Amino acid sequence: MEMPVTATATVRPQAMREGLPAALLLAPFALVFLLFFLAPAAQTFYLSLTESSLTRTSAFVGLANYATLVQDPSFWASLGTTFYFALLTVVPLTALGLVMALLVHRFVRVQGWLQGAFFLPYVLPISVMTLIADWMLQPSSGVINHLVGGQRAWLSDVHWALPVVAIGTVWWTVGFNMLMLLAGLRNIPAELYEAAALDGARGFTLFRAITWPALKPVVGTALLLQLIASLKVFGQTYILTSGGPYNTSRVTLHYMYETAFTQSDAGYAAAVAMAFMLVVIALSLLARAVAKRAA
Amino acid sequence: MNNRSQLGWTIAAVTAAVLLALLWAFPLLWAASTALRPEHETVSSVFHWLPQTWTLDAFRTTLSAGNMPRWLFNSALVSLLVTLVTMALSLCAAYAFSQLRFRGRGLLFGLAMLAFLLPFEALLVPLFRTMHQLGLINSYAGLVLPQVVSPVVIYVFKQFFDAIPADFREAAVMDGANPLRILWSVYLPISGNIVWAMAIVTFIGAWNNFLWPFIIVTSNEMMTIPLGLTQTYDAFGVRYAQLMAAALLGALPVALAYIAFQRRVTQGFLAASGLKG
Repeated sequence: MEMPVTATATVRPQAMREGLPAALLLAPFALVFLLFFLAPAAQTFYLSLTESSLTRTSAFVGLANYATLVQDPSFWASLGTTFYFALLTVVPLTALGLVMALLVHRFVRVQGWLQGAFFLPYVLPISVMTLIADWMLQPSSGVINHLVGGQRAWLSDVHWALPVVAIGTVWWTVGFNMLMLLAGLRNIPAELYEAAALDGARGFTLFRAITWPALKPVVGTALLLQLIASLKVFGQTYILTSGGPYNTSRVTLHYMYETAFTQSDAGYAAAVAMAFMLVVIALSLLARAVAKRAA
Repeated sequence: MNNRSQLGWTIAAVTAAVLLALLWAFPLLWAASTALRPEHETVSSVFHWLPQTWTLDAFRTTLSAGNMPRWLFNSALVSLLVTLVTMALSLCAAYAFSQLRFRGRGLLFGLAMLAFLLPFEALLVPLFRTMHQLGLINSYAGLVLPQVVSPVVIYVFKQFFDAIPADFREAAVMDGANPLRILWSVYLPISGNIVWAMAIVTFIGAWNNFLWPFIIVTSNEMMTIPLGLTQTYDAFGVRYAQLMAAALLGALPVALAYIAFQRRVTQGFLAASGLKG
């Protein structure tokens, strides 16, 4: 009978003694978190059930917005464009990141320079990339057309617009993948290589026997993180092509933005946001499950 | 045989390294080569890799015409405020989550970590409405506030605090110091590296944030650099020397921050991605 009483007696006062300071320390964060994260998250769901303009909520319409959504060809087209962009970026960004990581890892003496060259674009604002890309791709005096010949207007070309935005994105963001994979490479114990080298393994054999198996989980994580990042594309296409030509580069977030801010249809935009959120969350959970299984 | 194939690999690797490094440096070098020319050379019918006349005119015009200085100021102010507030909020919250025992701790922490899953992009519409209700559209407060909610920073700090041996804190608790004091004088001094790393990463992130300013800013005077740079056609017309000068000026602060703190920046980005630094 004595035991439980003593146990609670020691735990309780501590929880009470620390409850107040904890509340004080957490209050500022809790306030901004509630106002600018939790409430908007709940509101997105609520708005999606209403007919609302950008600033006014009018009527509760149940699932009507969702009923419209599943039959909205513009929404599906934007989702298709988003996945096409993911297709153009996810594997190239991961593969190239791996090549760069291997090179930085190998050339130890110049690794600062090499890593700097590959990573620097990642810390630059998106519009620095888009300004330079726009200039390089300029039809009459751009350096790309000077090199390949012709006067192609890349960014208003139905076939080329999204691929060139993807190439710009690869230049801009590959540094992050390189960094992740480089960290993975550095975590491989040197003894593994030494042992394999004693067995006479060299070059590509060494890569296949030691590096690749050890790095596989990191590559998996990189692929899935990149997939999520690529699905969130908006700025690049919005700035470089405005979604054109003929909406062929209008991605889902762009469609959501237009619906909410140009057409002031916040209710429907919230439904688009919910659908988008669902896709991203599903893939994030998948990413986590895969990473856990690999680890 | 073996040696020869190894030599082949070495040559391939050197070639790849040199080519990729050049390819990755090229856009910025080309922007610089363009920005250092007089405007008429950018539309000249004869192609030149380097300026025929070297000049800083484009930089001068960019800084004096349009709102470039104002955008730089806005970006610096907003990024500094975001960084300071994020660090203060996150350190306090992480310390409470890591070191204090209170009811609802697990629930609150789990809720905060939910933000990892929900993409910020999906919250834009209600966030805009909230800002509208608070009267914060097109204001510095409106620009800063949503950016200080950074659960990933809390997560990184909490993990760091979790790893600190308990005797560190117990000695201070015995002395009767209050939690804020313990955080300030016991935990903060030994967390210097990670706080710096996260602060720099937060600063770079805020400096580069395009989406939120794009939504909340409605006038040219309140724009930050990433947003302002998309308006440069209006400010300068299609003048590529000036556009490239503007791009390079907008890139300079973050590029310098990266070059100066390369190690910390990479450590911070890795920590923020949930992987170890």
